[in-house]
Amino acid sequence: MTTLTVPLPSTLRTGLSRGAVEIKQFFRERDAVVFTFALPSCILIMLGFIFDEPLEGYAQVHASQVFAAGMIAYGIVSTAFISIGIGISGDRDDGTLKRLRATPATAGAYLIGKVVLVAVTTLAEITLMLAVGVLLFDLQLPTDAGRWLTFGWVLALSVIACTLLGIAASSLARSARSAPAVMNLPVLALQFSSGIFVHIAALPAAMTAVSSFFPVKWMGQGFRSVFLPDALAAQEVAGQWEHGRTALVLAAWCVLGLVLCLATFRWTDRRTS
Amino acid sequence: MAVIEVHGLRKRYGRHQAVDGIDLTVERGEVFGLLGPNGAGKSTTVEILEGYRPRDGGDVRVLGEDPGTAGRRWRARIGVVLQQANDSAGLTVREVVRHVAGFYPAPRDPDAVIDLCGLSDKADAKLRTLSGGQRRRVDVALGIVGDPELLFLDEPTTGFDPQARRQFWSLIRSLAAEGTTIVLTSHYLDEVEALAGRLVVLAGGRIVAEGTPATIGGRTEESTVSWRDADGTHQVSVADPTALLAGLAGRNDPQLTDLRVQRRSLEDVYLDLIGEAR
Repeated sequence: MTTLTVPLPSTLRTGLSRGAVEIKQFFRERDAVVFTFALPSCILIMLGFIFDEPLEGYAQVHASQVFAAGMIAYGIVSTAFISIGIGISGDRDDGTLKRLRATPATAGAYLIGKVVLVAVTTLAEITLMLAVGVLLFDLQLPTDAGRWLTFGWVLALSVIACTLLGIAASSLARSARSAPAVMNLPVLALQFSSGIFVHIAALPAAMTAVSSFFPVKWMGQGFRSVFLPDALAAQEVAGQWEHGRTALVLAAWCVLGLVLCLATFRWTDRRTS
Repeated sequence: MAVIEVHGLRKRYGRHQAVDGIDLTVERGEVFGLLGPNGAGKSTTVEILEGYRPRDGGDVRVLGEDPGTAGRRWRARIGVVLQQANDSAGLTVREVVRHVAGFYPAPRDPDAVIDLCGLSDKADAKLRTLSGGQRRRVDVALGIVGDPELLFLDEPTTGFDPQARRQFWSLIRSLAAEGTTIVLTSHYLDEVEALAGRLVVLAGGRIVAEGTPATIGGRTEESTVSWRDADGTHQVSVADPTALLAGLAGRNDPQLTDLRVQRRSLEDVYLDLIGEAR
Protein backbone atom coordinates (compact mmCIF):
# COMPACT_ATOMS: atom_id res chain seq x y z
CA MET A 1 0.00 0.00 0.00
CA THR A 2 1.23 3.47 -0.79
CA THR A 3 2.55 5.61 1.98
CA LEU A 4 1.14 9.11 1.92
CA THR A 5 4.50 10.66 2.66
CA VAL A 6 6.28 9.32 -0.44
CA PRO A 7 6.35 12.15 -3.00
CA LEU A 8 4.78 11.62 -6.42
CA PRO A 9 7.25 11.50 -9.32
CA SER A 10 7.57 14.96 -10.86
CA THR A 11 5.89 15.86 -14.14
CA LEU A 12 9.31 16.53 -15.68
CA ARG A 13 10.67 13.12 -14.69
CA THR A 14 7.57 11.30 -15.90
CA GLY A 15 7.63 13.44 -19.05
CA LEU A 16 11.22 12.46 -19.87
CA SER A 17 10.33 8.82 -19.29
CA ARG A 18 7.40 9.30 -21.69
CA GLY A 19 9.83 10.84 -24.18
CA ALA A 20 12.14 7.82 -24.03
CA VAL A 21 9.18 5.50 -24.65
CA GLU A 22 7.84 7.68 -27.48
CA ILE A 23 11.22 7.62 -29.24
CA LYS A 24 11.56 3.86 -28.79
CA GLN A 25 8.11 3.29 -30.25
CA PHE A 26 8.66 5.73 -33.11
CA PHE A 27 11.88 4.16 -34.31
CA ARG A 28 10.46 0.65 -33.99
CA GLU A 29 7.67 1.53 -36.45
CA ARG A 30 9.77 1.14 -39.56
CA ASP A 31 7.07 2.34 -41.97
CA ALA A 32 6.53 5.52 -39.99
CA VAL A 33 10.24 6.19 -39.79
CA VAL A 34 10.79 5.68 -43.50
CA PHE A 35 7.81 7.71 -44.64
CA THR A 36 8.01 10.55 -42.14
CA PHE A 37 11.68 11.08 -42.83
CA ALA A 38 11.82 10.23 -46.50
CA LEU A 39 8.88 12.22 -47.84
CA PRO A 40 10.26 15.77 -47.49
CA SER A 41 13.71 14.72 -48.75
CA CYS A 42 12.11 12.77 -51.57
CA ILE A 43 10.07 15.78 -52.71
CA LEU A 44 13.18 17.94 -52.41
CA ILE A 45 15.14 15.57 -54.66
CA MET A 46 12.32 15.56 -57.25
CA LEU A 47 11.87 19.33 -57.33
CA GLY A 48 15.62 19.90 -57.17
CA PHE A 49 16.32 17.84 -60.25
CA ILE A 50 13.30 19.22 -62.17
CA PHE A 51 14.18 22.88 -61.48
CA ASP A 52 17.95 22.72 -61.76
CA GLU A 53 18.59 25.82 -63.87
CA PRO A 54 20.33 28.95 -62.52
CA LEU A 55 17.90 31.61 -61.32
CA GLU A 56 17.31 34.43 -63.78
CA GLY A 57 19.52 37.34 -62.78
CA TYR A 58 21.35 35.32 -60.10
CA ALA A 59 23.80 33.22 -62.10
CA GLN A 60 25.51 31.77 -59.00
CA VAL A 61 22.29 30.41 -57.43
CA HIS A 62 20.27 27.45 -58.73
CA ALA A 63 16.53 27.05 -58.22
CA SER A 64 17.25 23.73 -56.52
CA GLN A 65 19.11 25.56 -53.75
CA VAL A 66 16.10 27.83 -53.15
CA PHE A 67 13.95 24.71 -52.75
CA ALA A 68 16.52 23.04 -50.50
CA ALA A 69 16.49 26.01 -48.13
CA GLY A 70 12.73 26.59 -48.07
CA MET A 71 11.90 22.89 -47.87
CA ILE A 72 13.30 22.72 -44.32
CA ALA A 73 9.99 24.35 -43.38
CA TYR A 74 8.18 21.33 -44.84
CA GLY A 75 10.46 19.00 -42.91
CA ILE A 76 9.49 20.70 -39.65
CA VAL A 77 5.79 20.72 -40.51
CA SER A 78 6.11 17.00 -41.23
CA THR A 79 7.84 15.94 -37.99
CA ALA A 80 6.21 18.48 -35.68
CA PHE A 81 2.71 19.19 -36.97
CA ILE A 82 1.73 16.07 -38.96
CA SER A 83 3.46 13.41 -36.83
CA ILE A 84 2.20 14.88 -33.57
CA GLY A 85 -1.35 15.29 -34.84
CA ILE A 86 -1.49 11.73 -36.11
CA GLY A 87 0.37 10.41 -33.05
CA ILE A 88 -2.00 11.95 -30.50
CA SER A 89 -4.99 10.86 -32.50
CA GLY A 90 -3.58 7.32 -32.42
CA ASP A 91 -2.98 7.56 -28.66
CA ARG A 92 -6.65 8.44 -28.18
CA ASP A 93 -7.69 5.54 -30.35
CA ASP A 94 -5.54 2.74 -28.93
CA GLY A 95 -6.05 3.51 -25.24
CA THR A 96 -2.68 5.14 -24.47
CA LEU A 97 -4.32 8.34 -23.22
CA LYS A 98 -7.09 6.55 -21.38
CA ARG A 99 -4.53 4.42 -19.55
CA LEU A 100 -2.39 7.43 -18.64
CA ARG A 101 -5.38 9.30 -17.34
CA ALA A 102 -6.09 6.60 -14.77
CA THR A 103 -2.52 6.93 -13.43
CA PRO A 104 -0.88 9.81 -11.55
CA ALA A 105 0.85 10.87 -14.82
CA THR A 106 -0.23 14.38 -15.84
CA ALA A 107 -1.25 15.79 -19.22
CA GLY A 108 1.89 17.91 -18.92
CA ALA A 109 4.07 14.79 -18.67
CA TYR A 110 2.40 13.34 -21.76
CA LEU A 111 3.02 16.54 -23.70
CA ILE A 112 6.65 16.74 -22.55
CA GLY A 113 7.04 13.24 -24.00
CA LYS A 114 5.70 14.49 -27.32
CA VAL A 115 8.04 17.51 -27.24
CA VAL A 116 11.03 15.21 -26.68
CA LEU A 117 9.91 13.09 -29.62
CA VAL A 118 9.49 16.15 -31.83
CA ALA A 119 12.90 17.50 -30.84
CA VAL A 120 14.68 14.26 -31.74
CA THR A 121 12.79 13.56 -34.97
CA THR A 122 13.01 17.18 -36.18
CA LEU A 123 16.76 17.33 -35.64
CA ALA A 124 17.15 14.05 -37.52
CA GLU A 125 14.90 15.32 -40.32
CA ILE A 126 16.75 18.60 -40.75
CA THR A 127 20.10 16.84 -40.72
CA LEU A 128 18.89 14.55 -43.49
CA MET A 129 17.49 17.42 -45.56
CA LEU A 130 20.61 19.53 -45.20
CA ALA A 131 22.70 16.52 -46.20
CA VAL A 132 20.59 16.12 -49.35
CA GLY A 133 20.81 19.87 -50.06
CA VAL A 134 24.57 20.03 -49.57
CA LEU A 135 25.47 16.77 -51.34
CA LEU A 136 23.10 16.93 -54.32
CA PHE A 137 22.45 20.62 -54.86
CA ASP A 138 25.59 22.38 -53.55
CA LEU A 139 23.66 24.17 -50.83
CA GLN A 140 26.19 26.31 -48.92
CA LEU A 141 26.09 26.00 -45.12
CA PRO A 142 26.56 29.45 -43.58
CA THR A 143 29.93 30.19 -42.00
CA ASP A 144 29.06 33.27 -39.95
CA ALA A 145 27.50 33.09 -36.50
CA GLY A 146 24.77 35.61 -37.33
CA ARG A 147 23.15 33.30 -39.87
CA TRP A 148 23.27 30.34 -37.48
CA LEU A 149 21.63 32.55 -34.86
CA THR A 150 18.83 33.28 -37.34
CA PHE A 151 18.62 29.53 -38.03
CA GLY A 152 18.31 28.91 -34.29
CA TRP A 153 15.40 31.23 -33.61
CA VAL A 154 13.52 30.44 -36.82
CA LEU A 155 13.88 26.74 -35.99
CA ALA A 156 12.80 27.18 -32.37
CA LEU A 157 9.72 29.29 -33.16
CA SER A 158 8.77 27.01 -36.07
CA VAL A 159 8.99 23.83 -33.99
CA ILE A 160 7.07 25.31 -31.07
CA ALA A 161 4.31 26.71 -33.27
CA CYS A 162 3.97 23.52 -35.34
CA THR A 163 3.96 21.23 -32.29
CA LEU A 164 1.32 23.25 -30.46
CA LEU A 165 -0.83 23.50 -33.58
CA GLY A 166 -0.37 19.77 -34.18
CA ILE A 167 -1.61 19.01 -30.65
CA ALA A 168 -4.61 21.28 -31.21
CA ALA A 169 -5.32 19.86 -34.67
CA SER A 170 -5.34 16.28 -33.33
CA SER A 171 -8.73 17.08 -31.82
CA LEU A 172 -10.14 17.85 -35.28
CA ALA A 173 -9.72 14.25 -36.42
CA ARG A 174 -12.62 12.11 -35.32
CA SER A 175 -10.51 8.97 -35.28
CA ALA A 176 -6.97 7.74 -35.85
CA ARG A 177 -7.94 6.48 -39.26
CA SER A 178 -9.07 9.88 -40.51
CA ALA A 179 -6.16 11.74 -38.90
CA PRO A 180 -3.62 11.51 -41.79
CA ALA A 181 -6.14 12.95 -44.25
CA VAL A 182 -7.26 15.68 -41.86
CA MET A 183 -3.69 16.70 -41.11
CA ASN A 184 -2.30 16.53 -44.64
CA LEU A 185 -4.85 18.58 -46.57
CA PRO A 186 -4.12 21.97 -44.98
CA VAL A 187 -0.40 21.16 -44.95
CA LEU A 188 -0.19 20.45 -48.67
CA ALA A 189 -2.30 23.49 -49.54
CA LEU A 190 0.05 25.67 -47.51
CA GLN A 191 3.22 24.17 -49.04
CA PHE A 192 2.06 25.30 -52.48
CA SER A 193 0.55 28.65 -51.52
CA SER A 194 3.48 29.58 -49.25
CA GLY A 195 6.14 29.08 -51.89
CA ILE A 196 7.70 25.89 -50.56
CA PHE A 197 6.89 23.49 -53.43
CA VAL A 198 6.84 26.41 -55.92
CA HIS A 199 9.21 29.34 -56.25
CA ILE A 200 7.57 32.12 -54.22
CA ALA A 201 8.21 34.76 -56.89
CA ALA A 202 6.04 32.74 -59.28
CA LEU A 203 2.92 32.85 -57.07
CA PRO A 204 -0.04 35.21 -57.66
CA ALA A 205 -0.15 38.11 -55.21
CA ALA A 206 -3.58 37.13 -53.90
CA MET A 207 -2.27 33.68 -52.92
CA THR A 208 0.71 34.97 -50.99
CA ALA A 209 -1.53 37.57 -49.38
CA VAL A 210 -3.61 34.72 -47.90
CA SER A 211 -0.68 32.46 -47.04
CA SER A 212 1.03 35.36 -45.24
CA PHE A 213 -1.45 34.84 -42.42
CA PHE A 214 -0.10 31.30 -41.85
CA PRO A 215 3.25 30.25 -40.42
CA VAL A 216 4.63 28.16 -43.31
CA LYS A 217 5.33 31.16 -45.57
CA TRP A 218 7.40 32.79 -42.82
CA MET A 219 9.22 29.59 -41.93
CA GLY A 220 10.28 29.12 -45.57
CA GLN A 221 11.34 32.75 -45.85
CA GLY A 222 13.31 32.51 -42.63
CA PHE A 223 15.24 29.43 -43.75
CA ARG A 224 15.93 30.92 -47.18
CA SER A 225 17.44 33.94 -45.41
CA VAL A 226 19.83 31.59 -43.62
CA PHE A 227 21.07 29.56 -46.60
CA LEU A 228 20.80 31.90 -49.62
CA PRO A 229 22.86 34.99 -50.52
CA ASP A 230 21.29 38.26 -49.36
CA ALA A 231 20.76 39.33 -52.97
CA LEU A 232 17.99 36.70 -53.15
CA ALA A 233 15.88 38.72 -50.69
CA ALA A 234 14.67 40.67 -53.71
CA GLN A 235 12.77 37.51 -54.79
CA GLU A 236 10.62 37.55 -51.64
CA VAL A 237 7.14 39.09 -51.59
CA ALA A 238 8.32 42.22 -49.77
CA GLY A 239 11.70 42.31 -51.49
CA GLN A 240 13.54 41.75 -48.20
CA TRP A 241 14.03 38.98 -45.58
CA GLU A 242 11.74 40.69 -43.01
CA HIS A 243 13.27 39.04 -39.94
CA GLY A 244 11.28 41.20 -37.55
CA ARG A 245 7.96 40.34 -39.10
CA THR A 246 8.90 36.64 -39.37
CA ALA A 247 9.63 36.52 -35.65
CA LEU A 248 6.42 38.36 -34.87
CA VAL A 249 4.14 36.15 -36.98
CA LEU A 250 5.72 32.90 -35.75
CA ALA A 251 5.57 34.06 -32.13
CA ALA A 252 1.92 34.98 -32.60
CA TRP A 253 1.24 31.46 -33.91
CA CYS A 254 3.01 30.00 -30.86
CA VAL A 255 0.65 31.92 -28.59
CA LEU A 256 -2.40 31.04 -30.65
CA GLY A 257 -1.28 27.40 -30.74
CA LEU A 258 -0.93 27.33 -26.95
CA VAL A 259 -4.40 28.83 -26.51
CA LEU A 260 -5.93 26.34 -28.96
CA CYS A 261 -4.11 23.50 -27.22
CA LEU A 262 -5.42 24.41 -23.80
CA ALA A 263 -8.92 24.93 -25.16
CA THR A 264 -9.18 21.74 -27.20
CA PHE A 265 -6.98 19.04 -25.66
CA ARG A 266 -9.05 15.96 -24.88
CA TRP A 267 -7.96 12.77 -23.19
CA THR A 268 -10.41 10.66 -25.16
CA ASP A 269 -11.82 10.69 -28.67
CA ARG A 270 -15.17 12.19 -29.49
CA ARG A 271 -17.00 8.91 -29.78
CA THR A 272 -16.34 7.80 -26.22
CA SER A 273 -16.59 11.09 -24.35
CA MET B 1 -14.44 3.09 6.49
CA ALA B 2 -15.93 1.89 3.21
CA VAL B 3 -13.69 2.07 0.15
CA ILE B 4 -16.59 3.04 -2.11
CA GLU B 5 -19.76 4.83 -1.02
CA VAL B 6 -22.37 5.82 -3.58
CA HIS B 7 -25.76 7.40 -2.89
CA GLY B 8 -28.32 8.28 -5.53
CA LEU B 9 -25.89 8.24 -8.47
CA ARG B 10 -27.42 9.54 -11.71
CA LYS B 11 -26.09 10.01 -15.24
CA ARG B 12 -28.01 10.95 -18.36
CA TYR B 13 -26.86 10.92 -21.99
CA GLY B 14 -29.21 13.13 -23.96
CA ARG B 15 -32.66 11.66 -23.27
CA HIS B 16 -31.32 8.32 -22.09
CA GLN B 17 -31.08 7.91 -18.33
CA ALA B 18 -28.04 5.58 -18.20
CA VAL B 19 -27.76 5.46 -14.41
CA ASP B 20 -30.93 6.10 -12.48
CA GLY B 21 -30.28 6.35 -8.77
CA ILE B 22 -27.72 3.80 -7.61
CA ASP B 23 -26.63 3.18 -4.03
CA LEU B 24 -23.53 1.10 -3.36
CA THR B 25 -21.11 0.38 -0.56
CA VAL B 26 -17.92 -1.60 -1.00
CA GLU B 27 -15.86 -2.44 2.07
CA ARG B 28 -12.09 -2.74 2.22
CA GLY B 29 -10.80 -6.14 1.07
CA GLU B 30 -13.99 -7.13 -0.74
CA VAL B 31 -14.21 -8.57 -4.24
CA PHE B 32 -17.34 -6.84 -5.45
CA GLY B 33 -19.15 -7.92 -8.62
CA LEU B 34 -21.16 -5.66 -10.89
CA LEU B 35 -23.34 -7.69 -13.20
CA GLY B 36 -25.76 -6.68 -15.90
CA PRO B 37 -26.56 -6.82 -19.60
CA ASN B 38 -25.14 -4.40 -22.15
CA GLY B 39 -26.60 -0.95 -21.64
CA ALA B 40 -27.49 -1.61 -18.00
CA GLY B 41 -25.25 1.22 -16.80
CA LYS B 42 -22.30 -0.90 -15.57
CA SER B 43 -19.57 0.79 -17.56
CA THR B 44 -20.97 4.26 -16.92
CA THR B 45 -21.09 3.56 -13.18
CA VAL B 46 -17.55 2.18 -13.12
CA GLU B 47 -16.19 5.02 -15.23
CA ILE B 48 -17.69 7.55 -12.83
CA LEU B 49 -16.05 5.71 -9.91
CA GLU B 50 -12.71 5.68 -11.79
CA GLY B 51 -12.90 9.43 -12.36
CA TYR B 52 -13.28 9.16 -16.14
CA ARG B 53 -16.78 10.62 -16.34
CA PRO B 54 -18.63 13.42 -14.60
CA ARG B 55 -21.97 12.53 -12.97
CA ASP B 56 -25.24 14.42 -13.03
CA GLY B 57 -26.26 13.75 -9.45
CA GLY B 58 -25.62 11.81 -6.27
CA ASP B 59 -22.84 11.51 -3.72
CA VAL B 60 -19.79 9.45 -4.62
CA ARG B 61 -16.85 8.75 -2.34
CA VAL B 62 -14.02 6.52 -3.51
CA LEU B 63 -11.17 6.09 -1.01
CA GLY B 64 -12.71 9.04 0.81
CA GLU B 65 -12.59 11.42 -2.15
CA ASP B 66 -14.90 12.58 -4.91
CA PRO B 67 -13.55 10.94 -8.11
CA GLY B 68 -14.76 13.93 -10.13
CA THR B 69 -12.27 16.24 -8.41
CA ALA B 70 -9.66 13.88 -6.92
CA GLY B 71 -6.06 14.50 -7.88
CA ARG B 72 -2.86 12.60 -8.67
CA ARG B 73 -2.39 11.39 -5.11
CA TRP B 74 -5.77 9.65 -5.31
CA ARG B 75 -5.03 8.17 -8.73
CA ALA B 76 -1.86 6.66 -7.27
CA ARG B 77 -4.11 4.61 -4.95
CA ILE B 78 -6.40 3.12 -7.60
CA GLY B 79 -5.68 0.71 -10.42
CA VAL B 80 -7.73 0.46 -13.59
CA VAL B 81 -7.75 -2.45 -16.01
CA LEU B 82 -9.33 -1.14 -19.17
CA GLN B 83 -11.89 -3.09 -21.15
CA GLN B 84 -9.89 -2.93 -24.36
CA ALA B 85 -6.51 -1.43 -25.04
CA ASN B 86 -3.96 -2.06 -27.74
CA ASP B 87 -1.49 0.69 -26.95
CA SER B 88 2.29 0.37 -26.67
CA ALA B 89 2.34 -2.39 -29.30
CA GLY B 90 6.02 -1.75 -30.09
CA LEU B 91 7.23 -2.03 -26.49
CA THR B 92 8.16 -5.20 -24.65
CA VAL B 93 6.24 -6.37 -21.60
CA ARG B 94 9.14 -5.44 -19.32
CA GLU B 95 9.57 -1.99 -20.88
CA VAL B 96 5.94 -1.03 -20.54
CA VAL B 97 5.52 -2.37 -16.99
CA ARG B 98 8.69 -0.54 -15.86
CA HIS B 99 7.57 2.63 -17.62
CA VAL B 100 4.15 2.69 -15.96
CA ALA B 101 5.67 1.76 -12.57
CA GLY B 102 7.61 5.03 -12.82
CA PHE B 103 4.38 7.05 -12.60
CA TYR B 104 3.74 5.90 -9.02
CA PRO B 105 5.28 6.99 -5.74
CA ALA B 106 5.68 3.46 -4.34
CA PRO B 107 5.23 0.90 -7.10
CA ARG B 108 5.58 -2.86 -6.84
CA ASP B 109 8.72 -4.40 -8.30
CA PRO B 110 8.00 -4.61 -12.06
CA ASP B 111 9.67 -7.99 -12.49
CA ALA B 112 7.71 -9.42 -9.55
CA VAL B 113 4.48 -8.13 -11.12
CA ILE B 114 5.39 -9.70 -14.47
CA ASP B 115 6.02 -12.95 -12.64
CA LEU B 116 2.78 -12.68 -10.66
CA CYS B 117 0.82 -12.22 -13.89
CA GLY B 118 2.43 -15.29 -15.43
CA LEU B 119 4.33 -13.32 -18.06
CA SER B 120 7.92 -14.20 -17.15
CA ASP B 121 8.37 -16.14 -20.38
CA LYS B 122 7.10 -13.20 -22.38
CA ALA B 123 8.89 -10.41 -20.52
CA ASP B 124 11.02 -9.48 -23.53
CA ALA B 125 8.31 -10.02 -26.16
CA LYS B 126 6.74 -7.01 -27.85
CA LEU B 127 3.10 -6.47 -26.95
CA ARG B 128 1.99 -6.84 -30.57
CA THR B 129 3.20 -10.46 -30.59
CA LEU B 130 1.12 -11.53 -27.57
CA SER B 131 -2.09 -13.55 -27.68
CA GLY B 132 -5.34 -11.98 -26.48
CA GLY B 133 -5.09 -13.60 -23.06
CA GLN B 134 -1.45 -12.61 -22.60
CA ARG B 135 -2.28 -9.04 -23.64
CA ARG B 136 -5.05 -8.91 -20.99
CA ARG B 137 -2.55 -10.08 -18.37
CA VAL B 138 -0.30 -7.19 -19.36
CA ASP B 139 -3.27 -4.87 -18.77
CA VAL B 140 -3.69 -6.39 -15.32
CA ALA B 141 0.05 -6.04 -14.65
CA LEU B 142 -0.20 -2.34 -15.55
CA GLY B 143 -3.28 -1.99 -13.34
CA ILE B 144 -1.54 -3.41 -10.26
CA VAL B 145 2.06 -2.23 -10.69
CA GLY B 146 1.28 0.98 -8.80
CA ASP B 147 0.29 -1.20 -5.82
CA PRO B 148 -3.30 0.09 -5.66
CA GLU B 149 -5.62 -0.23 -2.69
CA LEU B 150 -8.55 -0.49 -5.07
CA LEU B 151 -8.53 -2.25 -8.43
CA PHE B 152 -11.20 -1.90 -11.13
CA LEU B 153 -11.49 -4.83 -13.55
CA ASP B 154 -13.79 -4.29 -16.51
CA GLU B 155 -14.71 -7.51 -18.35
CA PRO B 156 -11.25 -8.90 -17.62
CA THR B 157 -11.42 -12.33 -19.26
CA THR B 158 -13.27 -11.62 -22.50
CA GLY B 159 -11.59 -13.72 -25.18
CA PHE B 160 -9.72 -16.02 -22.80
CA ASP B 161 -9.53 -19.76 -23.28
CA PRO B 162 -10.74 -21.81 -20.29
CA GLN B 163 -7.25 -22.48 -18.95
CA ALA B 164 -6.25 -18.82 -19.18
CA ARG B 165 -9.43 -17.87 -17.33
CA ARG B 166 -8.58 -20.25 -14.46
CA GLN B 167 -5.07 -18.81 -14.23
CA PHE B 168 -6.51 -15.32 -14.27
CA TRP B 169 -8.97 -16.15 -11.51
CA SER B 170 -6.22 -17.42 -9.26
CA LEU B 171 -4.29 -14.20 -9.90
CA ILE B 172 -7.32 -12.16 -8.82
CA ARG B 173 -7.77 -14.35 -5.74
CA SER B 174 -4.16 -13.85 -4.74
CA LEU B 175 -4.53 -10.08 -5.09
CA ALA B 176 -7.67 -10.19 -2.97
CA ALA B 177 -5.83 -12.30 -0.39
CA GLU B 178 -3.21 -9.55 -0.15
CA GLY B 179 -5.96 -7.12 0.81
CA THR B 180 -6.63 -5.34 -2.49
CA THR B 181 -10.25 -4.28 -2.84
CA ILE B 182 -11.52 -5.34 -6.26
CA VAL B 183 -14.49 -4.13 -8.29
CA LEU B 184 -15.23 -6.57 -11.08
CA THR B 185 -17.66 -6.15 -13.96
CA SER B 186 -18.39 -9.16 -16.09
CA HIS B 187 -20.80 -10.77 -18.49
CA TYR B 188 -19.69 -14.17 -17.25
CA LEU B 189 -21.81 -15.41 -14.38
CA ASP B 190 -19.45 -18.23 -13.47
CA GLU B 191 -16.66 -15.67 -13.16
CA VAL B 192 -18.62 -13.51 -10.73
CA GLU B 193 -19.71 -16.64 -8.83
CA ALA B 194 -16.10 -17.83 -8.59
CA LEU B 195 -14.57 -14.52 -7.53
CA ALA B 196 -17.03 -12.11 -5.97
CA GLY B 197 -17.92 -12.13 -2.30
CA ARG B 198 -20.83 -9.84 -2.95
CA LEU B 199 -22.52 -8.55 -6.08
CA VAL B 200 -25.24 -6.32 -7.45
CA VAL B 201 -27.22 -6.85 -10.63
CA LEU B 202 -27.89 -3.74 -12.69
CA ALA B 203 -30.63 -3.38 -15.27
CA GLY B 204 -31.97 -0.22 -16.85
CA GLY B 205 -29.67 1.94 -14.76
CA ARG B 206 -30.97 0.61 -11.43
CA ILE B 207 -29.88 -2.06 -8.99
CA VAL B 208 -32.39 -4.91 -9.26
CA ALA B 209 -30.73 -7.26 -6.77
CA GLU B 210 -27.94 -7.28 -4.23
CA GLY B 211 -26.41 -10.12 -2.26
CA THR B 212 -23.81 -12.85 -2.26
CA PRO B 213 -23.48 -15.22 -5.22
CA ALA B 214 -25.10 -17.91 -3.04
CA THR B 215 -28.13 -15.93 -1.94
CA ILE B 216 -28.82 -13.31 -4.61
CA GLY B 217 -32.31 -13.08 -6.04
CA GLY B 218 -33.68 -15.64 -3.58
CA ARG B 219 -31.43 -18.43 -4.80
CA THR B 220 -31.79 -20.19 -1.46
CA GLU B 221 -35.57 -19.84 -1.30
CA GLU B 222 -36.31 -22.75 -3.57
CA SER B 223 -34.53 -25.94 -4.51
CA THR B 224 -35.21 -28.30 -7.33
CA VAL B 225 -35.21 -32.00 -6.46
CA SER B 226 -35.06 -34.41 -9.36
CA TRP B 227 -34.83 -38.18 -9.49
CA ARG B 228 -35.65 -41.19 -11.61
CA ASP B 229 -37.55 -44.34 -10.67
CA ALA B 230 -39.70 -47.02 -12.31
CA ASP B 231 -42.28 -44.36 -13.31
CA GLY B 232 -39.73 -42.20 -15.14
CA THR B 233 -38.13 -38.83 -14.37
CA HIS B 234 -39.49 -36.48 -11.69
CA GLN B 235 -38.74 -32.88 -10.86
CA VAL B 236 -40.17 -30.94 -7.91
CA SER B 237 -39.42 -27.42 -6.71
CA VAL B 238 -39.76 -26.93 -2.97
CA ALA B 239 -38.71 -24.39 -0.36
CA ASP B 240 -37.41 -27.01 2.06
CA PRO B 241 -36.37 -30.25 0.40
CA THR B 242 -35.66 -32.20 3.63
CA ALA B 243 -39.19 -33.66 4.02
CA LEU B 244 -39.25 -34.73 0.38
CA LEU B 245 -35.80 -36.29 0.65
CA ALA B 246 -36.78 -38.14 3.82
CA GLY B 247 -39.85 -39.43 2.01
CA LEU B 248 -37.81 -40.62 -0.96
CA ALA B 249 -35.30 -42.31 1.30
CA GLY B 250 -38.11 -44.00 3.24
CA ARG B 251 -39.43 -45.67 0.09
CA ASN B 252 -36.47 -48.04 -0.01
CA ASP B 253 -36.91 -48.15 -3.77
CA PRO B 254 -33.96 -49.96 -5.41
CA GLN B 255 -34.83 -48.36 -8.75
CA LEU B 256 -34.51 -44.81 -7.40
CA THR B 257 -31.51 -43.17 -9.09
CA ASP B 258 -30.07 -39.86 -10.34
CA LEU B 259 -31.27 -38.08 -7.21
CA ARG B 260 -30.24 -34.43 -7.29
CA VAL B 261 -30.92 -31.41 -5.10
CA GLN B 262 -30.06 -28.16 -6.82
CA ARG B 263 -30.48 -24.53 -6.09
CA ARG B 264 -31.50 -22.47 -9.08
CA SER B 265 -28.41 -21.62 -11.07
CA LEU B 266 -27.08 -18.09 -10.89
CA GLU B 267 -27.84 -17.85 -14.55
CA ASP B 268 -31.56 -18.63 -14.04
CA VAL B 269 -31.75 -16.06 -11.25
CA TYR B 270 -29.92 -13.49 -13.32
CA LEU B 271 -32.11 -13.95 -16.38
CA ASP B 272 -35.22 -13.59 -14.20
CA LEU B 273 -33.86 -10.45 -12.63
CA ILE B 274 -32.93 -8.65 -15.81
CA GLY B 275 -36.10 -9.96 -17.48
CA GLU B 276 -38.30 -8.40 -14.78
CA ALA B 277 -36.56 -5.09 -15.15
CA ARG B 278 -37.22 -4.91 -18.87
